[in-house]
Amino acid sequence: MASTAMYKTILTRLAQAVPVLLIFAILVFTLMHLLPGDPAVAIAGTDASREAIDKIREQLGLNRPILVQLLSWLAQIAQGDFGRSIVLNQSVVSAVAERLPVTLSLSMLSLMITLPVGILLGVIAAYWRNTWIDSAVMLIALLGVSLPGFWVGILSVLLFSVHLGWFPPSGYVPIGQGVWPWLASLIQPAVVLALFQIGFLARITRSAMLDVMDQDFIRTARAKGVDEWHTIAKHAFRNTLIPVVTVLGITVSLLIGGAVVIEQVFALPGIGRLIVQGILARDYPLVQGTMLLFGFAFVLINILVDIIYTFVDPRVRYG
Amino acid sequence: MDDAVAPRRRFRVVRKLARHRSFSIGFVIMAAMLIIAIAAPYITGLDPTAMKIRMRFRPPQGSFWFGTDQFGRDLLTRVLYGARMSLWIALAVALLSGVVGALIGVLSAQFRRLDSLLMRIMDALMAAPAIMLAIGLGAALGPQTHSVIIALAVAYIPRTARIVRASALVTRELEFIEAARVAGISPLRIMLRHLLPNAMGPLLVQSTFVFAYAILAEAALSFLGVGPPPPAPSWGNIIAEGRDFSVEAWWIMVFPGAAISLAALGMNLVGDGLRDVLDPRLKVES
Repeated sequence: MASTAMYKTILTRLAQAVPVLLIFAILVFTLMHLLPGDPAVAIAGTDASREAIDKIREQLGLNRPILVQLLSWLAQIAQGDFGRSIVLNQSVVSAVAERLPVTLSLSMLSLMITLPVGILLGVIAAYWRNTWIDSAVMLIALLGVSLPGFWVGILSVLLFSVHLGWFPPSGYVPIGQGVWPWLASLIQPAVVLALFQIGFLARITRSAMLDVMDQDFIRTARAKGVDEWHTIAKHAFRNTLIPVVTVLGITVSLLIGGAVVIEQVFALPGIGRLIVQGILARDYPLVQGTMLLFGFAFVLINILVDIIYTFVDPRVRYG
Repeated sequence: MDDAVAPRRRFRVVRKLARHRSFSIGFVIMAAMLIIAIAAPYITGLDPTAMKIRMRFRPPQGSFWFGTDQFGRDLLTRVLYGARMSLWIALAVALLSGVVGALIGVLSAQFRRLDSLLMRIMDALMAAPAIMLAIGLGAALGPQTHSVIIALAVAYIPRTARIVRASALVTRELEFIEAARVAGISPLRIMLRHLLPNAMGPLLVQSTFVFAYAILAEAALSFLGVGPPPPAPSWGNIIAEGRDFSVEAWWIMVFPGAAISLAALGMNLVGDGLRDVLDPRLKVES
């Protein structure tokens, strides 16, 4: 019974995702073709002859009508072909696959810092509401969402890498070369990236927890003599998790968006860097393919969050 | 809630806001920044783009309160003029995404046939992180101030549209709308006179937060090379230009970054206050 409902939820959400991804693909394609500059010129070099440029344009199919280009691109994607990068001379999927571990390590490490710290701060602030503890925690959370992450990152490099020499200032060490060097290369960017999310999550958790604490069943629990720890941990906290899970999708989105910027600060060769380099080099297929893969991943993450949501709160039904 | 008498609602809202601690602090910060931005030419008297190579990399002291940059330009002057650019961009983004988002939101709520199309487009715009969409759009539109405004507005429109739509869907089911419909009031009029005004609270709250995000995002875009183009200063492009000298001349990036932080902080405080007062569903005591 529960499993059929679950399947139905998953299928409905997947079906809804198809038009979204199609519109997203068209949007990305249009964007890339609005980019000023000619990719054929970018490849051939500015002093290349007219013929050489035309030849490259023909090879890339850029001389065909724009609608034909769009349709053939969509057909390729439908077959799982996300195109080839012009500059890297490598398929987009393999270029992304090479850099994915960096971005994933960074975001996952950051998420692992964000979740416990953010939720704990929110619960602490709510429990001691309207005391100095609440004010202090909320000030920290407010600073988290107000300081520009890349700026904090640069300052942090100045302090911890340049002056104190505790961490490497930039670069990425793959986990294959040892867990500690890997962690050392990521810990600084991960903490900087987590600051915003911690602030965001702490604020949401606090208000969710306050809502729950005001409800009758908490008063009932206290009245019937349930000790304070169990009231908070079992009754209040578990209900607080519902709105917190709802914003998990937004958190992951903010995290990856933030990672794009933070990767530049710490020179981490991740997907964010790939996209920014692609845009600067006018590498249409690379940017198109990468953005699209991102879109796919995102839509899937959001479906996953919805499914987790139905587990946490059985009252929710989709479809 | 302790008001025994209820005078006109509007005044009550203003009174509540004035008594709200974080709103008051945020409001004072933002008002001060706005005044400073407007009065910039009267405060410094210097040209924010005038280069004096002999004066480069002066640390903050004497007549250069914030020091000078790699071209010998006075940093205080640049941060003050940068306030104009950055606050203007953030305001324009908040207004543009607010107006367009509100329109899409009420259209979706009123005309159910448009709804699924509009919402799928909004979902598509949200399929990538806002900042990534803004980078792509900013690059596609070229290095101009208005590209940055459009790019960020488009990135934030879907969230605003969803919030307005959610509110309008609730209003739509209320009896007075039913009555208006039966009385033959046109859908357009219902939309503009009833659905929209009733969504004003959440819309205003959302737009305030968009303002705060936009200040941060303008800086991030500048840092990635798709922000408002130099030499005209924005807080973001001052940091971006000063980044290469961060070890020798920390002041170039510290002061504009502090200005960004203060503005985002002020606007977040204003948003928190507005949300507490205008959006009772999310009420959080303070």
